[in-house]
Amino acid sequence: MSIDEGLRSELSRQGIFTTTLEGLYNWGRRNSVWPLNFGLACCAIEMIAASMARFDLARFGAEVFRPSPRQADLMIVAGTVTKKMAPMVVRLYNQMPEPKYVIAMGACAISGGPFKQGYNVLKGIDRYIPVDVHIPGCPPRPEALLHAFMTLQRKIDAQKLSGSDRARHFDAQAPSEFPIPQYGQHDLEPPRNEAVWRPPAMRRGE
Amino acid sequence: MSPLDQVVARIGAAIPGARVQILPNDSPSGQHSLLVDHEHAVAVAKFLRDDPDLQLDHLANVTGVDWLDATVKEKAKVRKVINGAEKEVEETLERKKPGFLEAVYHLYSIARNHGPVILRLRTGNRIDQVRVPSLTPIWRGAEFQEREIYDLYGIVFDGHPDLRRILMWDEFQDHPMRKDYVEPDDYEYEPTAHDKVLEKAKKHHTAADRPQL
Repeated sequence: MSIDEGLRSELSRQGIFTTTLEGLYNWGRRNSVWPLNFGLACCAIEMIAASMARFDLARFGAEVFRPSPRQADLMIVAGTVTKKMAPMVVRLYNQMPEPKYVIAMGACAISGGPFKQGYNVLKGIDRYIPVDVHIPGCPPRPEALLHAFMTLQRKIDAQKLSGSDRARHFDAQAPSEFPIPQYGQHDLEPPRNEAVWRPPAMRRGE
Repeated sequence: MSPLDQVVARIGAAIPGARVQILPNDSPSGQHSLLVDHEHAVAVAKFLRDDPDLQLDHLANVTGVDWLDATVKEKAKVRKVINGAEKEVEETLERKKPGFLEAVYHLYSIARNHGPVILRLRTGNRIDQVRVPSLTPIWRGAEFQEREIYDLYGIVFDGHPDLRRILMWDEFQDHPMRKDYVEPDDYEYEPTAHDKVLEKAKKHHTAADRPQL
């Protein structure tokens, strides 16, 4: 399938550009990732800073923050996800069309952060939706968000069009929507989506 | 501003039947507060706001306090007959102090530049007599803070224009700031657990997690 690197460079020296459909498709996608325009807490301020002239997210083709989930490819969960807010975040994710990606930005979005042991904050949005890139930090600097973007671009670049390891949006069986948690009497129900998140195995004393 | 006992005297003169009691504060701040009865609370609040000498027009803060049932130990001297002779003996008496919920209002005067005057409203108990009168009709700024106290402590404010939960969702049944609140158990993954968190996380540990000794 893949063309020999030496032949490719020789051809390009002669003015003939060769590529694969997969390469062209992923090149186009990774350079036009449109994020969903929403923020939850102070991390959103850093996200805004990253999108402005000084850090210039536009260099990555991601400057078009879309106010509608129907037009967005990327959800940046920027900030504390309270249990009251979690169903809305999952609903927004469900409303985004495939292919879609999630960056969990900051300590709160990845784990609950300083509110981890509280009763009202979700201990990481990855309990309900699949997260592609986690960024630690409180809040992460705009450079960290840029690094997460580049990590996501590398991830998109590596996605396959066909085969058993093809990207999720080419798999008709793979879920595109995830159950929205309900408001319970004491906690969200269910407290986590077992299909997406299970507590990692803890090996103690090693 | 006149001292607090004079304020109480003037409240008593202006509102017949009002039962206002000074609760002393022994700390260095010495911020003594006024315990007001339910029937006259709104009238007392209106007096404090409108009285030309007080003009407490600014409600800076409303908060809740949860007082659990407590046992108070007191030492008292009792005369007893021991071996035929009457003696004075020191005995420790235990007195049960029933718990209650409390709403605390901090009042200042912008017009006269004084304060704070602290009002307290107490419920009958922590279970079924949890109603106190709302002071939102007097100070509109109390509206959201009384809603927050209703949400987190479960005090019901009679006369509040819109008493709903403000932070937690409507279906939520608990009152998280109460001292006997049991939080949801989501301690299944705690990478760096310690102290109380470790105790809670341990319930989720399996045999494979424990160190092999």
